[in-house]
Amino acid sequence: MIEIIFITTAIVCVISALLTVTAHNAVHALLYLVTMMIAIALIFFLFGSPFAAALQIIVYAGAVMVLFVFVTMMLHQGEQSIIDERTLFSLKTAKGPLLLAVILVIELLLIGITPLDNPSSQTALNTVNSESQQLSAGSKTASLTSVKSLAKQLYGPYKLLVIIAAMLLLASLIAAIHIARKSSKLTENSPVNGDSESKASEAAP
Amino acid sequence: MIETTWVIILSFLLFAIGTFGLLSRRNLLFVLLSLEIMLNGIILLFVAASNLHGNNDGQIMYLLVLTLAASEVAVGLALVVQIYKQQQSLDVDTLTKLRG
Repeated sequence: MIEIIFITTAIVCVISALLTVTAHNAVHALLYLVTMMIAIALIFFLFGSPFAAALQIIVYAGAVMVLFVFVTMMLHQGEQSIIDERTLFSLKTAKGPLLLAVILVIELLLIGITPLDNPSSQTALNTVNSESQQLSAGSKTASLTSVKSLAKQLYGPYKLLVIIAAMLLLASLIAAIHIARKSSKLTENSPVNGDSESKASEAAP
Repeated sequence: MIETTWVIILSFLLFAIGTFGLLSRRNLLFVLLSLEIMLNGIILLFVAASNLHGNNDGQIMYLLVLTLAASEVAVGLALVVQIYKQQQSLDVDTLTKLRG
């Protein structure tokens, strides 16, 4: 049963990713991307990691996508931008990247499948599997409090990672405000433009 | 129990689709969307590894990648807004001001 749900979700995921990449309308692409992210959140639920799934929905499908939607609303010009996009991207001009991506898929699939045929790697994967089965059998109760153990690890041995993440967010906040503000001084278009830029710098972080 | 091979294949497929978008699109907004797809493929691999090994390290890396994606999107979209203000289009092929 879980396998059927997983395969369905995976198919939805791949199809919506393909539609995102090939869409001409930016709003349609964003909605397909939200679909893909919710499908990935469902796969996380199937793995038994609900915290990751919740974060995927809140941060990715929520916050990041809202940023994209705001910028698209600022820049979208209706029919005109769709016509522009048709000249910028068509499947005819995308043959080269398509070929390269298909070669990449074939290579990656070979890498993903062949270790199972190789006896030494198979035993390695089997030991990992048996270890994880032992672990999951032993930590059946621990997996229920997965968020608690995650928090303990995050603020125990991984303290530095939290600090790095905080500094990364601070740096990107400052960078976004700086980028959005600096050339408003340089160009000095109109007060309306300056207003919308300051809004963008507030929305960006 | 989901086969790990399937998850790895799904992750690779997403990564390759993102690569295709990154190479073929000329609109900066779609380039950022393709980067998001690639990051989602990697995230799937991290959480699948966390599930396979039965510990939380993969989910902690997931948190870090999530932070990375959020900050990347913030800076990238600020650049998108600036570029649109400068040249009224998002075509990355017309960005030639840095040419010597």
